[in-house]
Amino acid sequence: MDMKNIVLLAIVAILIIAPLVMYNGHGEDDGFFGGSDDAGGEAIEENNPDYEIWAASPWEPPSGEIESLLFALQAAIGAIIIGYIFGYWHGGKKVNKNE
Amino acid sequence: MHIMEGYLPPMWCAIWFIISAVVVIYGIMQIKKYTAENDDAMPLLALSGAFMFILSSLKMPSVSGSCSHPCGNGLGTAFFGPAVTAVLSVIVLLFQAILLAHGGLTTLGANIFSMGIMGPVCGYIVWVALRKANISASISMFFTAFVADLMTYITTSVELALAFPGADMGATFATFFGIFAITQIPLAIAEGLLSTVIYNYIENARPDILVKLGVISEQEAGAN
Repeated sequence: MDMKNIVLLAIVAILIIAPLVMYNGHGEDDGFFGGSDDAGGEAIEENNPDYEIWAASPWEPPSGEIESLLFALQAAIGAIIIGYIFGYWHGGKKVNKNE
Repeated sequence: MHIMEGYLPPMWCAIWFIISAVVVIYGIMQIKKYTAENDDAMPLLALSGAFMFILSSLKMPSVSGSCSHPCGNGLGTAFFGPAVTAVLSVIVLLFQAILLAHGGLTTLGANIFSMGIMGPVCGYIVWVALRKANISASISMFFTAFVADLMTYITTSVELALAFPGADMGATFATFFGIFAITQIPLAIAEGLLSTVIYNYIENARPDILVKLGVISEQEAGAN
């Protein structure tokens, strides 16, 4: 069971590392590793020059640093909840056994 | 899959908003039903939401040379169905729209429709079909999450092609499909694998909850 999960996680790691190896040396400056969401927006702008963007985000992270802070916060919130619930289940099982 | 703030004409914002609102309201009713019937549903629901929170924050590189993120919508889909997953997606999408300027409030309906509705619906069909064919829950989970993730991005491409058909809607769809879906294929595989791993841990920890929810049968739970 644990072995199976480790193998699956290793495949995930390979999937993520592969592009980094394939495009090693390239960066955002030559058009690599940009976000597909941004690319989608750019495609709209290119093909529809007349389209007026009629709404703007109420607030934007002022820099990449702040953005990564908030993304890390998002992941941390999720991870805390998942860790808590697995701990809760695990503890519950132990109590049941001791009774 | 996030359509950025203001990048969808008002008419389409309204259409997706209305469709999504109906499903989300139905999803809230379903959550009430699940949690009233079963005390153990709440932690599993929170776990599914938290999984979505983590996965949609992880922007991963893809072999296409650009980055995108998985959705995490397959897990909740297998446990609770698409409508409940739509509710969970609202939390994630609001967080990202308000704090990260990722997606937007005007495009919220369209983003809920892709990540919370269409992706999960397709994933759910796969889940039900594979489970009917007696495929193990673990393996079914992989394909459910893979399809839910990929269909989320294909739906985004469709939404954008509908809103910006240009001269040839097919060609426009192909452009967006190239941007979103091709990048997404390896990430969808990664998401499928991650969903399977967390599913394995859940099944190991509390098979009884999964039996109660009808995710697995008692025989399957006993086999562990």
